[in-house]
Amino acid sequence: MIIGLDVGGTHTDVVLLGTEGLIKEVKVTTDPSNLFNSVLSGLEKITEGIEPENIHRIVLSTTLTTNAIVQKKFPEVGMIVSGGPGLDPELFRSNRHYYPVSGSIDHRGREIEPVDSKEIKKIAKRFKKEKIRLVGVVCKFSVRNPDHELKIYEILKDSFEKIFLGHRISGNLNFPRRIATTFLNAAVYPIHKEFYEAVQKSLEKKGLVLPIRILKADGGNMNFNSSIDFPGQTILSGPAASVMGSVAFSSEDEDTLIMDIGGTTTDMSILINRVPLLDPIGISLGSYKTLIRSLDTLSIGVGGDSAVKIKNGKLQVGPQRLGPALAFGGPVPTPTDALFVLKEMNNGDREKSVNGLRELAKELRLSVEDTASMIFEFTCRKILSEAEKMINRINAKPVYTVHELQEGYKVTPKKILVLGGPAPCFARYFEKISDYKARAVPKWTVANAIGAALARTTCEVIFFADTQRKIAIAPAENFLINIKENFDSSDAVKNAFDLLRQKALQRGSDSDHLEMEVLENMQFNMVRGFYTAGKNIRVKVQVKPGLINGYDDIIVNLTRRS
Amino acid sequence: MIHAKYKTGLVFFPAFDWAISPTHPEREERLLYTQDQVFEEGLFDIEGIEEYKPDLVTVKDVQRVHFCVPDVWNVMTESHFISAGGAKTIGMAVLDRQVEKGFALVRPPGHHAMRVVHGARGFCNVNIEAIMIEFLREAYNIDRVAIVDTDCHHGDGTQDIYWHDPDTLFISIHQDGRTLYPGSGFPNELGGPNALGTTLNIPLPPNTSEDGFLYVIKNVVMPILEDFKPDIIINSAGQDNHFSDPITNMNFSAQGYAALTEMLKPDIAVLEGGYSIEGALPYVNLGIILAMAGIDYSKVKEPAYDPGSIRQTHSVTRMIEKTGEIVLSLWRQRERKKNKILKSKDFDERRRNIFYDTDGIHESQREKIRLCKNCSGAYKIDSTSDLGYHILAVHIPRKGCRECKELGYRWYDSTNEDNFDIAFLQDRTEDKYLEHDFRK
Repeated sequence: MIIGLDVGGTHTDVVLLGTEGLIKEVKVTTDPSNLFNSVLSGLEKITEGIEPENIHRIVLSTTLTTNAIVQKKFPEVGMIVSGGPGLDPELFRSNRHYYPVSGSIDHRGREIEPVDSKEIKKIAKRFKKEKIRLVGVVCKFSVRNPDHELKIYEILKDSFEKIFLGHRISGNLNFPRRIATTFLNAAVYPIHKEFYEAVQKSLEKKGLVLPIRILKADGGNMNFNSSIDFPGQTILSGPAASVMGSVAFSSEDEDTLIMDIGGTTTDMSILINRVPLLDPIGISLGSYKTLIRSLDTLSIGVGGDSAVKIKNGKLQVGPQRLGPALAFGGPVPTPTDALFVLKEMNNGDREKSVNGLRELAKELRLSVEDTASMIFEFTCRKILSEAEKMINRINAKPVYTVHELQEGYKVTPKKILVLGGPAPCFARYFEKISDYKARAVPKWTVANAIGAALARTTCEVIFFADTQRKIAIAPAENFLINIKENFDSSDAVKNAFDLLRQKALQRGSDSDHLEMEVLENMQFNMVRGFYTAGKNIRVKVQVKPGLINGYDDIIVNLTRRS
Repeated sequence: MIHAKYKTGLVFFPAFDWAISPTHPEREERLLYTQDQVFEEGLFDIEGIEEYKPDLVTVKDVQRVHFCVPDVWNVMTESHFISAGGAKTIGMAVLDRQVEKGFALVRPPGHHAMRVVHGARGFCNVNIEAIMIEFLREAYNIDRVAIVDTDCHHGDGTQDIYWHDPDTLFISIHQDGRTLYPGSGFPNELGGPNALGTTLNIPLPPNTSEDGFLYVIKNVVMPILEDFKPDIIINSAGQDNHFSDPITNMNFSAQGYAALTEMLKPDIAVLEGGYSIEGALPYVNLGIILAMAGIDYSKVKEPAYDPGSIRQTHSVTRMIEKTGEIVLSLWRQRERKKNKILKSKDFDERRRNIFYDTDGIHESQREKIRLCKNCSGAYKIDSTSDLGYHILAVHIPRKGCRECKELGYRWYDSTNEDNFDIAFLQDRTEDKYLEHDFRK
């Protein structure tokens, strides 16, 4: 049996799944000031009466690190950053204890200026004086040559609790994002470690001795041990949970638009032949642009509880949420109230909704029912128009080869899967006002927790080789070897796959069902004078995000029952 | 957070799967390290820097500028449609006011491609700036355009296309033609009789460094631009004046290119040459982008940069100052000279032999233009190449008068299978492009 748990802003959803289907579902109220209690009470309720030994997998998706970042509740972190030619690293300052230092590496990974160890020791002393225990070290082009980051690490390693190195995060080029991501990893490390260790301990007390898994923003999970070095990867896993909960119900040969309609926001994303579309570089959270692999999602300020008002004679929905719907005792009319008026929903106080909408109806000179229709249709249209914009943005993504430009895949979803909110009502209206086919995801109120439960372990490996310099490197895997001149892209792919398999197993993958694929494979001849001096090879491979093997029946049963 | 002072659009199209030949300077690898630098700097994350995906140009966009022999598909590859399309995309983004400035970082380049195209010259097949400009003139309300070509090689293709157009000021700054391909671009090349003076050439001696380039921009180019009052300024931003470029002999730098860009303030820049793909391009492109966007570029210095060791000599400085004076005085005398020629005859003719070094084609041309007081004059080009084509190409200018237009059509209609293989007509007054292939 598998437990999936997803902490949302309002509710924490927990499911227990067996090969026969959904065994049990639980909803507890989320207490943002005490997530630990929310998680634990959810786990307690779901395991009531279940033999611990029957549970062999627990996947958690929480808002812990996301909240910490949004609220900037950070411990002191010391950052050491070296730039070299280009933009001034001071422009990317992440926090107070941020020190640009000398030393630089160029785009091929060649040293231009060495590290000044005296300078580093001086800064280390200052960090100690400030009682800093966590340090981030980031150099420009460290993914081409991590030597400087490693040298600085050697100087610092015995003096601090944990040191985060930029090249270990991702093999992608982007110095400012590498700085931000390294900082965030260091900044959320203590809270992440403390929280999950506590969860693990509580579970052990109940006899549940198995490594917990944590959902990542890319819709895959990793075990707790692997998460310790990259706690930042757990941010914004909520939208990923919902998308993974929809995967099984999307088409195998078509694009599907996923809409998770919450109280405050609607999160949208795309599945292409059942595989979620990933953000090409990394997720953004608040003012932080990162290298954290994630689904390509768009969050807009329109949801079931968005405040509805009339401004200059025009209807306005969102972006604020001032509370729940009137029908549930909230302060202002919302799209949910419109559904009550239209008798699409009936588990609250319809009278309050009608009274609330009457004011708006007067201003619009419509009947209360027509006003409700108008509000709901307006809400649906707004969501759809934002979805169109997202699709256009995805299709406008630049490409860099003639082949890609000519053959480039265009995302053209014809189907919408809705979850959260009153999903079936939204699905019906989407169909009514657009050409999309729309339906609610079965078990739409807990599909997110199901998604968390069934998500695969995912990871990627970025591999780079330069046969003129005779080096091959997978920076994030701590892999650097010397290669011969005849090393080519097929060798690179083979090496990358080996590294990926290792990494996936370490993170908790099932070795029998590793779906690995090549995302990028480019080989350039480096010509100097009139001769080929070497090859420049860039390879990117990944474990395809998707659902774990052997739970197809669950999906069938879910569909049958709903 | 960094904010661009001027909202800047970029098309980045490195054509990683296209080369003239495997070891040719114009090969897949050319913008690889530039891409690495641009990505590593996180430029596309900067508030106010927008990346655009290039559109392809249409066949009509090409026909608006070129006479392609035997046809457009024979002289262009997909990569040329995209490269010209990248320039067009950026031009539209600027004129639609989505951005204030734009830079098309595309390849292959175009500034050696002339009005008639039999093949590739100087790595260029079609003129991507001219295709962009003529599209913009058709689609937006712009008339006067200034092109400042800062590639190390004389922009002879752009010069040829705008030789007879008084509304396009073409200024080329390049290494002296006596020392470098294509061997042209001297101050006495001033444009055809109807457009005398709106072509200007500023040849610089080998080993010119920052001081020389910036002197010329400040003291020669800027005053002329002020006189001309263009609606937009285009920079053909070749980067082969760099001290590390393998096929030229100049001593320019990333700091210099950025300062030049800051001074010139082009609305649109289009990448041309530049073949020091590791030591120069990553830094020069970065410098140009930052300068366009109004972001501090003071730390953009190539590792081998040592201003002292590449500083130009006094004799170089004196030669540059002298050339500057000559060009300025030619500019001031242009109206007088032009009127004198216009009074002297009704038609002007020139004969030329053109060599397509990249494709090894020889072309010989006979060009005849009507000297006209009311417009920039219809002209026809009788062109043969050693590929065996004999064509007549007739151009009626954008603001062509009735007489010139009628003459153009008469020329076009008088062709037949006895005298030509193909006849072409560009009627820019109606944006109409005709051809008659007599071989069919």
